[in-house]
Amino acid sequence: MIGTDVKPSVAPGVRLGGVSFVWRPWLAFVTCLLAAAAFLVFCLSIGVGDFPIGLPRVIATILGRGEHVDEFVVMDLRMPRALAGLVVGIALGVSGAITQSIARNPLASPDTLGITWGAGAVAVFGVTVSGGAAAAAVDSVGLSAAALAGGLCTGLLVYFLAWRRGIDGFRLILIGISVSAVMEAITTWLLATADIRDVAQAQAWLVGSLDNRSWDEVRVALWGTLVLLAVVTCVAFQFKPMHLGDDIAAGLGVRYSAVRAVLLLCAVLLAGLAVSAAGPVAFVALVAPQVAMRLARCPTPPMTASGLVGALLLTGSDLVARTALPVSVPVGVVTAAIGGPFLVHLLVRANRR
Amino acid sequence: MGTTAVERPAATATTPLRRRRVGGLVALVVILVITAAVSLAVGARALSPAEVWHGLFAAADSDQRLTEIRLIVQTVRVPRTVLAIVAGIALGVGGALIQGYTRNPVADTGLLGVNSGASFTVVSVIALFGLSNPFQYVWFAFLGAGAAGVVVFGLASIGRGAGNPLTLALAGQGVTVFLAAMTTAVALSDRKSLNALRFWNAGSLAGVGFDVIWPVTAFIAVGLVLALATLPAVNLLNLGEDVARGLGVNIAWSRTVGIAAITLLAGAATAACGPIAFLGLMVAHVARYLTGPDYRWLVPYAGLLGAVVLLVCDIVGRLVVRPGELDAGVLVALLGAPFFAALVWRGKFKNA
Repeated sequence: MIGTDVKPSVAPGVRLGGVSFVWRPWLAFVTCLLAAAAFLVFCLSIGVGDFPIGLPRVIATILGRGEHVDEFVVMDLRMPRALAGLVVGIALGVSGAITQSIARNPLASPDTLGITWGAGAVAVFGVTVSGGAAAAAVDSVGLSAAALAGGLCTGLLVYFLAWRRGIDGFRLILIGISVSAVMEAITTWLLATADIRDVAQAQAWLVGSLDNRSWDEVRVALWGTLVLLAVVTCVAFQFKPMHLGDDIAAGLGVRYSAVRAVLLLCAVLLAGLAVSAAGPVAFVALVAPQVAMRLARCPTPPMTASGLVGALLLTGSDLVARTALPVSVPVGVVTAAIGGPFLVHLLVRANRR
Repeated sequence: MGTTAVERPAATATTPLRRRRVGGLVALVVILVITAAVSLAVGARALSPAEVWHGLFAAADSDQRLTEIRLIVQTVRVPRTVLAIVAGIALGVGGALIQGYTRNPVADTGLLGVNSGASFTVVSVIALFGLSNPFQYVWFAFLGAGAAGVVVFGLASIGRGAGNPLTLALAGQGVTVFLAAMTTAVALSDRKSLNALRFWNAGSLAGVGFDVIWPVTAFIAVGLVLALATLPAVNLLNLGEDVARGLGVNIAWSRTVGIAAITLLAGAATAACGPIAFLGLMVAHVARYLTGPDYRWLVPYAGLLGAVVLLVCDIVGRLVVRPGELDAGVLVALLGAPFFAALVWRGKFKNA
């Protein structure tokens, strides 16, 4: 390459002490905008209901300067649901961004990696089966924790089954699909043998819903997500070179196997937490990173923006599900209605290339 | 295509191969007959071969015990066995054919969203029109199966992504997730459809009468005739589109006939016994291992294998969780998904 001009990078690097990063003004702007929008929808979602509260009063109450009656409605009744939407959305968005980056495929998501179906199978088991040691174990730890464990085990199973002298995105997805099918078969069988009242409850869980969240459930998801996001942030700087391929990443000093394992574990845990808090909400993890990528004009899914888009999508869908539709439907139906056509769009685009 | 068969000097070398293939076909038929006999005898009440024989052919008589046996054999075991054979052949042939047309080793009627399409229409019509008899909603299942299959097939075969196993699998998965969520939404609002759905969804062969089996068999027969007629063209299509066109295949026409055959086969089987995934995929790969890539042999093998596997799964399902039953569809998935994973692991699905 002697004699050719090296095109200078458009984005300038910034060094602050031991940390260096690339300053992308557009990405920062989009991220701030998304954060503001997510907060706005979050407040709107708190304000809407049988007892409507205006936006300024909601914000005042959240900041701790509201009236007493508002405080009860906002903090005790509506906050868990809205916060669950926010946390689950962020978790799914980040989880999707990680899986799509690792598989190097825009269509990979926790849904295709079997995590959601694994969690679903365990949850349906917990709802429909009573009696026996396994059912007692599910009862003692609670449905959400059991679903989390189910999702985690399935994710790990997929990872180990797909391991053959390293992880290949192609193999990861196809193994994920086959493990999902096993979990789906188990779920179907459980549903077919169960009592009809339990079936309705299990089905409601399976479609993904934010109804009737309590602070206890939300607290677990919130703290878990925060810890995992911290881990992801610490590891993510090693992640960027991996988009260039494993060999180049290794040459740049990235221990790609270790980084990939840690990140994938985080993605599985995030998705598991999200599913345990809200059920398997379809397509958020698939759609959010792709939308974030296009908004931020990045070549790869940006983590923070993906999480924010996920939060925006889920909270917004919940708002639509509660208010705009004639009958109240679970939020999973709305996200599926948005996500399905989006997936078609992605496939058509991918094929055109 | 008969006129293109040119007498070659190597014909003597192919004769043992042909003999072996015919022998394999005969062996499969024998296995199928034995399995069917076992299927008639095994169940909540085990019958001896003599009792089965009696139940099948004896005239009505006053003995209470024998009448009971006749009732069991003729109204429970026979329809179930016939349905397993018919649906197994349909799904096996459909699976082999869809792999031939897409030139895609992961193609399978279950993975392509055919099942979820059928579920969705079944639930919708039950909720909308209050249908309660399977004979009425079977036709809508058929419609939904066909529509979903065509959508996924079309999505995965346009543009340059055509023939990529990953694209097809993901398109199927995406459509399945979408339709499953919609199905749940409808089912949640209507308890009756929820109840019908959960049994139908498990892919059971039990409790389907001849009033449903005969029309479904008629559809499958038409599908089989279409399928067998296109087999030589499928062989040529697998040489690549340009070569096939050069050899005189009308590609658009043979694709259309192929899709019609696949939709008839998979739709009818799904309508009768619910979603059964992985069967077509599994038997198509086994058949290819046995016969090699010649679709004129591969497809009949796949059909017979499909019938045997479905029957065996149904029999095993009756035995493992007594006194209940494990539905055949669930068992096929439990068997087929690890098979699929093993194929992935051994690198059988390299990116086309």
